[in-house]
Amino acid sequence: MRLKIEPRASAAPALNALVPALSVVATTIAAALLFAILGYPVGRTMYAFFIAPLASANGWAELALKAAPLAMIAAGLAAGFRAGVWNIGAQGQLTMGAVAGGGVALALPDAQGPWVLPLMCLCGLCGGMAWGALPAFLRIRLGVNEILTSLMLTYVATLLLSALVYGPWKDPDGYSLPQSRMFSDAATLAPILPRARLTVGTLIEFLLPIGLWFTLRHALVGFSIRTAGAAPAAAAYAGFPESRVVWIVFLTGSGLAGLAGIFEAAGPIGQLIPQITPGYGFTAIIVAFLGRLNPLGIIPAALLVALSYIGGDTAQVSLGLPNGAAGVVQGLLLFFPLSADFLVRNRLRVVA
Amino acid sequence: METPRLALRGLTRRFGDFVANQSIDLTIQPGEIHALLGENGAGKSTLVKMVYGALRPDAGDIVWEGRVLPPHDPKTARGLGIGMVFQHFSLFEALTVLENVALGLDAPGPLPALAAKIRRVSAEYGLPLDPDRDVHTLSVGERQRIEIVRCLLQSPRLLVMDEPTSVLTPGEVDALFTTLRRLAAEGCAILYISHKLDEILSLCEAATVLRAGRVVASCDPRQETAASLARMMMGADLARPPRTAPPPRGKPRLVLDAITLPTTAPHGTDLRGVALEVRAGEIFGIAGIAGNGQTELFAAISGEQLAPAAADILIDERPSGRAGPAARRRLGLCTVPEERNGHAAVPIFSLSDNALLTGYERANLTRRGLIRPGAARRFAAGVIDAYKVRCNGPAAAAATLSGGNLQKFILGREITQNPGVLVVSQPTWGVDAGAAALIHQALLDLAATGAAILVISQDLDELLAISHRLAVLHAGSLSAPHETGSKSVAEIGLLMGGIPAGAAELVAHAA
Repeated sequence: MRLKIEPRASAAPALNALVPALSVVATTIAAALLFAILGYPVGRTMYAFFIAPLASANGWAELALKAAPLAMIAAGLAAGFRAGVWNIGAQGQLTMGAVAGGGVALALPDAQGPWVLPLMCLCGLCGGMAWGALPAFLRIRLGVNEILTSLMLTYVATLLLSALVYGPWKDPDGYSLPQSRMFSDAATLAPILPRARLTVGTLIEFLLPIGLWFTLRHALVGFSIRTAGAAPAAAAYAGFPESRVVWIVFLTGSGLAGLAGIFEAAGPIGQLIPQITPGYGFTAIIVAFLGRLNPLGIIPAALLVALSYIGGDTAQVSLGLPNGAAGVVQGLLLFFPLSADFLVRNRLRVVA
Repeated sequence: METPRLALRGLTRRFGDFVANQSIDLTIQPGEIHALLGENGAGKSTLVKMVYGALRPDAGDIVWEGRVLPPHDPKTARGLGIGMVFQHFSLFEALTVLENVALGLDAPGPLPALAAKIRRVSAEYGLPLDPDRDVHTLSVGERQRIEIVRCLLQSPRLLVMDEPTSVLTPGEVDALFTTLRRLAAEGCAILYISHKLDEILSLCEAATVLRAGRVVASCDPRQETAASLARMMMGADLARPPRTAPPPRGKPRLVLDAITLPTTAPHGTDLRGVALEVRAGEIFGIAGIAGNGQTELFAAISGEQLAPAAADILIDERPSGRAGPAARRRLGLCTVPEERNGHAAVPIFSLSDNALLTGYERANLTRRGLIRPGAARRFAAGVIDAYKVRCNGPAAAAATLSGGNLQKFILGREITQNPGVLVVSQPTWGVDAGAAALIHQALLDLAATGAAILVISQDLDELLAISHRLAVLHAGSLSAPHETGSKSVAEIGLLMGGIPAGAAELVAHAA
């Protein structure tokens, strides 16, 4: 007896709609089991992990603050993944966005006026795009695999930022800490709500994925991206050259990552530090797949992943849950939807 | 009466709600060449897959030499002596003939012995094959021989052949028929699937006709005519395209000025100075065996591969050699590639979205960069209606359509865009006779409106039936064109084979 995997003739639409709900339930059960095996009080740990972060208005604000950049970066990456373009280096593009936009703020410490922030955002966008243009160019011109180049350029970007904040951009009054001067008020995104760290950047980060969804669904350029991913030869035949699609999705994905980088630096952080975000650029890849590469699905996916990160922190602080256990829960959160997705499209059959 | 080699009793197979085969009965005697006839989607492939063990029947019995077969798989089938030659070969291009044969056998044994066996069997059955040749250097006909020899090595008692002649030259077809007759004379039963009625008339002694999953007739083709067989198959008379008139002398709408273009594919064929001129109202045919530069020529004309200079290609006198597919479409050039799935259409997309694929500009399906979903739906519905495409409407995914229906949709999509020049590759490849007749008529109608049409096809009968002038593509070079009917089939076959030694023998065969 063995098991055989065969595609289903037609995926049941009802089943398809149930996938996200079922996988959340499965994750919850598996997480509860994990906590029980580790000897933590299941009820209290589950509460700390999944409920406590949402028990206050401030908790919701923190959730939005974390989810927003994830959603925007993931939506940008999803456009690429839909086209079969594997930009894995959003973290580097985000870092370069922060460097370029933050560089403007540091170069103009006394600048005043409403044009400073838009200029920083523009430079952040372009910084990300420039970092994404390198792997795009290498793929189109030389056929170099973009997975490797975009990933490796992430390390280059991280080291470049370190070199800057340990060296020329170090705050002279900062007790030798590796960080830049704080940005001036004109170069900082002010909170839009009292007692919360949300900025106009957060708002943009939630709105842009909706724009991307609309573009992918209703614009010819979105159609060309979907076609390139579904059937590259058909895309070429239709008159959507591969190189054009690769440029579009790479610049979109990397530009949005760069924008997220400057929103972080000019928003909650307010200066340049060696590590802009705890790896949002990588987490966004997970979010993109959890949202099934659909920007509208990506928004709830980003909220869910953000919750698991905040919940993991809460559980670590309040109950001493090991960091690894939180990581496992985050892994389960990806494992269940993806495997459920697979089982909706295929079935397991016992072969005699 | 002797025990039938194979008898099918009430074989039924469903896919969801769709009944692909409904209570099929069929009997083949040893030594019989039995035709399985039917339009695309009639259920022929489903039936032979059940015989070969690749699909399980939902009901009914497969009786092999008087014994009811328990559910079996292809390996068991091969063990019983059931061999199958598929329409699309599964060969590794980079390996040799010997290695390919060995990979397909359940117990290949030592390679040197196998090589000797291949030489002996291939010589015995008139299928010359060198075991040490690399497959990518072989013609399609030679590749098919590998598949046949692979079956012969297993001493088949039943050989299933799925549309074996669609890729062969006339000479190769004759050679294949000689082999099949010889096999039958030795007692091997042959189940022969084809759309080509004249082949069935000349080769087969029994025929089972399928329509919509049921047996609609069993007959002796020797007592029938092509027209009567076609009637059984389709339940209607074939609309024969009229014999074409002498070539129109309109202005040239598509001109290739000696295009020389290196191929981009491994094992591809370079184009060498291909020159041609297609006039308004003309259907120009390009004959040739697959792999002689057809793919490259199509890409060069469609714009998927740019020509070295703009002046190499003129569309209505405008130099377009450096323009991409979208720009050429704007100039009035519409194209239909050979491969439907993944090239001419995106299988997972709806027919509406597939209409958008080439019609976004010419058919006005976008406005200021945004898709007009209603317009795309109406356009697709119009094509479905006008070209009798059997499907569940514009929202149906292209992958759910049978080959013939998808081809009708694709061709309809291009013709509805009112092209000045239409280039079609293999318009009726794997398409049933009814759809083929409709497609040919559509091409003739389009030409009558003054469009220039270029048809690249391996089906010589098709080109002889619809084109005004013909040229032969061989090894990337195009022969001089000549009026259809001014050369014999044997002469064209000679050109397709590249003329030199060995070709004379083919001609002798054909004569």
